[in-house]
Amino acid sequence: MRDIASILPLSVDRVSFTGEGRKLVDVVSFAVPAGGLTVLLGPNGAGKSLTLRLCHGLLKPSAGEIAWANGAAGRVKRHAMVFQKPIMLRRSVEANIAHALAAAGISGIERRQRCGAALDRFGLGERAAQPARLLSGGEQQRLAIARAWALRPELLFLDEPTSQLDPAATRQIEELLSGLVAEGITVMMSTHDLGQAKRLANRVLFLHRGRLVEDRPAADFFAGPLAPEARAFLAGELIW
Amino acid sequence: MDFGAIFQAAFALMVGLDPAFLAIVGLSLRVTLTAVLIAALIGLPLGAALALARFPGRAVVIVCLNALMGLPPVVAGLVVFLLLSRSGPLGPLGLLFTPTAMIVAQVILVVPIVIALTRQIVEDLWAEYRDHLRSVGLEGLRAIPTLLWDGRFALATALLAGFGRASAEVGAVLIVGGNIAGYTRTMTTAITLETSKGDLPLALGLGLVLIALTLAINAIAFGASRIGARYAG
Repeated sequence: MRDIASILPLSVDRVSFTGEGRKLVDVVSFAVPAGGLTVLLGPNGAGKSLTLRLCHGLLKPSAGEIAWANGAAGRVKRHAMVFQKPIMLRRSVEANIAHALAAAGISGIERRQRCGAALDRFGLGERAAQPARLLSGGEQQRLAIARAWALRPELLFLDEPTSQLDPAATRQIEELLSGLVAEGITVMMSTHDLGQAKRLANRVLFLHRGRLVEDRPAADFFAGPLAPEARAFLAGELIW
Repeated sequence: MDFGAIFQAAFALMVGLDPAFLAIVGLSLRVTLTAVLIAALIGLPLGAALALARFPGRAVVIVCLNALMGLPPVVAGLVVFLLLSRSGPLGPLGLLFTPTAMIVAQVILVVPIVIALTRQIVEDLWAEYRDHLRSVGLEGLRAIPTLLWDGRFALATALLAGFGRASAEVGAVLIVGGNIAGYTRTMTTAITLETSKGDLPLALGLGLVLIALTLAINAIAFGASRIGARYAG
């Protein structure tokens, strides 16, 4: 599968999304090249989650275009998504992974091998036969990431993956994400946690009221953001 | 009336495994379970499809199905009677006053229950699963197997409701079956007949067996879903 041309860079070109009569995403443009971890930063309601959903294809843009480098992404998507609240099927840990692989058309020995590899890689081997919904919150999110990883995405979207987790579980997820980036998976995640953005991001896209107000390497952004909204956000002032 | 004697006679019938008695119980179970099975095969996929589909008039369809859950069995029986009667459109099949006709009538009674409850259960599950299933490419009809499987314990309750309706009703099977002894006589039609004839021990015995069977089937289903839920979360 890896011999097919890469889907990256992803190009988001003047994308808007209108809902309930309001422009929730307002003429946003950026590109996502291969590699690294991009953080979508901004206060609640900035349009972070919507932007991720638009990129992943869960929502259709009202205007503008989202294009992958290899043209139409084909039937098997090579980008996956992990949600804020882990969505666990009423099945065992292993069956959750197997189900996603089956949905992608992967069967037989390959499905079993990928399942086993995902369980090992994310330390879920001992939990394989347990009901996924009885795992702790941190373990559920780990399983959600393992399930996405098993699909071998080039680009992984995560929507506030740690906002419902305690600090220890948050650290564990952050370490996992760093590992994925080291493995060569491009990661794009939203967060409103500044510390997390500082720890993880190579690049920051700062959104405010549906607009992309700043797009810079993380080091530059945290050294001194250019946009007044971003400065206010970093200073901890409430902006809405 | 000597109730003690009636109960004694009823228990003697049940314990004595009287062949005529067993035939009635057997036919009842065969008709009802077949009807529920067919209704499940029709109603589960249709209910799931209705949960996911969005089309003009969907609300009307849902209201009609909910109303059909209360369709009087005698009316369902009458409709099937008209269809199957000698001059009716399906008359040439010669099905009137056969167990098959009774199954058809009970399917009509059970299908709306299965569709309506499945629609509700699957719609709730879809609201929870939607983002993930769409993310892995399971949209529309392709999502139905996952939703039915993951909703299986709640759906078992929907099928039990259907079983309850079919096993308890008398009007439909009486009209289309004709209550022919040894051929289309079920527990409910026999109870009706024996009570009016005054053979209370037989009526009571059948009534007790009907209640016991319903209890047993519900207990089995409840136990199975408890055990299953523990393994599936």
